[in-house]
Amino acid sequence: MTLAPPPSGPVPYATEFALALLRDMLRIRRFEEKCAELYGEGKIRGFLHLYIGEEAVAVGALHALQPVDSIVATYREHGHAIVRGVPMEAMMAEMYGKREGCSRGRGGSMHLFDARTRLFGGNAIVGGGLPLAVGLALADRMQGAQRITACFFGEGAMAEGVFHESMNLAALWRLPVLFCCENNLYAMGTALERSESQVDLCAKAAAYGMPTAAADGQDVVSVHGITQQAQQHVRSGKGPFFVEYKTYRYRAHSMFDAELYRDKREVEEWKARGPLHTFSARLKAEGRLTEEAFLALDREALAEVDRAVAFAESGTWEPVEDLTRDVVAEKEMEGT
Amino acid sequence: MGRLSYREGMRQALREALAADPRVFLMGEDIGRYGGTYAVTKGLLEEFGPERVRDTPLSELAFVGAGVGAALGGMRPIVEVMTVNFSLLALDQIVNNAALYRHMSGGQFSVPLVIRMTTGAGRQVAAQHSHSFENWYASIPGIKVLAPGTVQDARDMLAPALADPDPVVIFEHAQLYNMESDVPDARNADIGSAAVRREGKMVSLITYGGSLPKTLEAATQLAGEGIDAEVVDLRVLRPLDMATVLASVRKCRRAVVVDETWRTGSLAAEIIARIAEEAFYDLDAPPGRVCSEEVPIPYARHLEEAALPQPAKIAAAAKAALGR
Amino acid sequence: MIEFKLPSLGADMDQGKLVQWKVKPGDAVKRGQVVAVVDTSKAAVEVEIWQDGTMFEQLVPIGEAVPVGTVIATLLAPGETPEQAARQKRAAPLARPAPAAPVSAPVAPPISVAAPAAATLTQRKPVSPAARQRARELNVDVEKLVGSGPHGAVTVEDVQKAAAAVHVAAAPAPTDRYAEMRKAIAAAMSRSKREIPHYYLSETIPMQRAAEWLARENEKRPVTGRILMGALQLKAVALSLAKAPELNGFWLGGKFQAATGVHIGVAISIRQGGLIPPAIHDVDKLSLPELMRRLSDLVSRARAGSLRSSEMSDPTITVTNLGETGVEAVFGVIYPPQVALVGFGRLQTRPWSENGRLLGLPLVTASLSADHRASDGIRGARFLAELRERLQHPEEL
Repeated sequence: MTLAPPPSGPVPYATEFALALLRDMLRIRRFEEKCAELYGEGKIRGFLHLYIGEEAVAVGALHALQPVDSIVATYREHGHAIVRGVPMEAMMAEMYGKREGCSRGRGGSMHLFDARTRLFGGNAIVGGGLPLAVGLALADRMQGAQRITACFFGEGAMAEGVFHESMNLAALWRLPVLFCCENNLYAMGTALERSESQVDLCAKAAAYGMPTAAADGQDVVSVHGITQQAQQHVRSGKGPFFVEYKTYRYRAHSMFDAELYRDKREVEEWKARGPLHTFSARLKAEGRLTEEAFLALDREALAEVDRAVAFAESGTWEPVEDLTRDVVAEKEMEGT
Repeated sequence: MGRLSYREGMRQALREALAADPRVFLMGEDIGRYGGTYAVTKGLLEEFGPERVRDTPLSELAFVGAGVGAALGGMRPIVEVMTVNFSLLALDQIVNNAALYRHMSGGQFSVPLVIRMTTGAGRQVAAQHSHSFENWYASIPGIKVLAPGTVQDARDMLAPALADPDPVVIFEHAQLYNMESDVPDARNADIGSAAVRREGKMVSLITYGGSLPKTLEAATQLAGEGIDAEVVDLRVLRPLDMATVLASVRKCRRAVVVDETWRTGSLAAEIIARIAEEAFYDLDAPPGRVCSEEVPIPYARHLEEAALPQPAKIAAAAKAALGR
Repeated sequence: MIEFKLPSLGADMDQGKLVQWKVKPGDAVKRGQVVAVVDTSKAAVEVEIWQDGTMFEQLVPIGEAVPVGTVIATLLAPGETPEQAARQKRAAPLARPAPAAPVSAPVAPPISVAAPAAATLTQRKPVSPAARQRARELNVDVEKLVGSGPHGAVTVEDVQKAAAAVHVAAAPAPTDRYAEMRKAIAAAMSRSKREIPHYYLSETIPMQRAAEWLARENEKRPVTGRILMGALQLKAVALSLAKAPELNGFWLGGKFQAATGVHIGVAISIRQGGLIPPAIHDVDKLSLPELMRRLSDLVSRARAGSLRSSEMSDPTITVTNLGETGVEAVFGVIYPPQVALVGFGRLQTRPWSENGRLLGLPLVTASLSADHRASDGIRGARFLAELRERLQHPEEL
């Protein structure tokens, strides 16, 4: 596949905003790298799906949404949680399985939840979040709430029946759902063209009678701009909108993956047009960012990550006596 | 006191719920224009309008999931899955989302969703339309499972189910909709206890839902033969009210569980395991069970009857427990 | 000095095999650089290092499988010299980890499953069904036992221990036991003669058909499964009692109490002399092969001295067969509180008239000793007539 040339050109944002975007991408990158390291040390266990290479999508999209909006995400949701405002400390403690984690250590990497920031997971079933987003949007409509629901999912979910049912229902009932498809070209080890008869994802979505758009997922400007238009449509009550973000993950699907399904060269090609260094290069070219400033941002991100690790390391384990809590509402603990 | 059918009781409950709380709304296939496959929701669309009574496309997975989402978002949805047979299509949203959200989020989120499903066999609608999966659902931590077996329960269990902060699955046996009886005006808001429907001393017959009338009939037959059977209606399948069951078993010293799920891995198996664990020394005979036979439910009437629990089988099992 | 440990590369990875080093000692490495290739159970995976430094020692050879967490190389930290590193190494030798996981959550204390409180467990004394059965066999009163099972339940072991204790306390020497038995027989027989007004009836029964039928039946059977005439006689007696129920039961409290089942006491002689009549239960319901099996089992156990108390206390009528000893007829003494005793003499060929012809046929004399308080001669006669009839139709036994 021939890739588009790297994102270039002036960045149409105020410097403060542009640096905020860069800072968030750096925070995600450093957090994810640290997770990889900690996984190797056995501090994080189970499955770990890293967002490295895809940072621009979460950053650009979420900065185009409102704090009141609801977010439904997948198991590759660390970036979304960070941008949304879930404290890194709570996230890292959750990865460690500590009680101080954002899900009390009950969920782990794939199940980050935060009621305060309306992050409704962290879902491990591919496509499992789509109907939840439809329902959340329905509830907002019925209660007259002025907000939208953004549902992030991978292109692999578009093969599941639940995707089609949810798209149909959202369009039929004109619900305020923003469908955000993060197309990183591989559903675990299966390339898009081996999974979809129709690889034009926007064409598939358009069949449900909703407007669509595609963004360069490695260009935070493209992501932010397109999401901005899409959410406007949804927020004005015109019904759902489908956005495809063309992106790429640099690392394996999850921690344990020999990546036999793709060529190393392809990875290098994508890296060459990666979100972080292309965006910082553009800002530098415009004279809005110096190397020192960049390194300072990086040091800040690293420090924040280190504090999160220290917090997690010193966290506590939930006592085993509390094993069966939070299965049903607390007062109903008798019986089963 | 008034006379109602099971169907009318459930309809009354739905109407009252819709009228009392604007957060309550119904979703399901053919519940609106069609009036409901079992006519339970008949008239509700006309009374409450299409926003509150929503006909859905044939998309069980999506609309049950949307029910979960709407509950997360502050509404009180009552989702009707036409029958438990079609609920298989929605299992992922029920098991992986509805049941798990509270726990996975460390207690942050609650899913106050009610799912109603018609269940059971007996109308010759053949294998794919005759399932009973109360046992599967009753095994899942995170949800509650109700099985109203009387008209009063059909009318009275919905309101407390709606008030519950966790997902509640209500099983309505297809053969019960036409059942009529007198019901008191006062409401029974209990969705935690089993109920002794017939007192007795010699053998405890433990059952629920569609098998309740058959078990009561068997008890009448047994009385004619001088065997005084007690009938316990479980009412709630998760969490089980074992205190009531065990008190009955200890009194009678013999137990037979009647359950329309397939024998292997049935709900009866769970109940008997608990009886063995907690009342072993009070038993004078091994506990028995009457379940569906190990066969997909056949179409031909005599075969279907042979596959399902029947009063004669129940009476025979009771006698066997007494060594007769 | 930096220790480079084999990282966990996945949820189900316990160990890995080093396939290739991508750097050699002395090479500088940067954070994020791939330094080795490790073969896991799924595939060969590139392994990166998370620190800057200089490769110092590679400790694990190519092809060796090591557990996750093993130190596979050491590196010099930026600015460290080889001498400093060597000194550090001597001070603290690197150890291989135990194959257990490097991170340990607190060891979960055993979760107490909701065990039912003993107080609410049961109002009865908890005794397992198996223990009750054993107690019946060994004549032990479970209510007096202290249980060692869960929640103080009485177990089979508890019962067996209790029985052995009694046995030990009361076990006489073999000769004493014999003397005791003779005493008991003397007492029972005296009482019988004192209290029971006996009347006696006898009947000579042609056994041609029975003998021939039995011979044919036994041809089909292995030697160990052969049915003896004694079993036929027992079955015939059991079925015939239907015609004279006043012979099957007990004289208690001044009146006759009919028994609910037919449990025949079979008089068995034992080697030291003496007779014991333990019961076979429900003889009327047993098939001949089963009856034969029980009879053999009873005889061998009686002679070995291992009968159950229920066998001693349950007979509702007794049958004594002295045929082997050679007497023609037996007129026995009833065992109180029973009300009848059936006797069979020797099976012998004697002259017999049938249809006006004189033949030599196998015959046996069956006799009845009965309690006149419970039955009259006419009842006894009916019984013997029925018995004779039954033995003419052995195939129906």
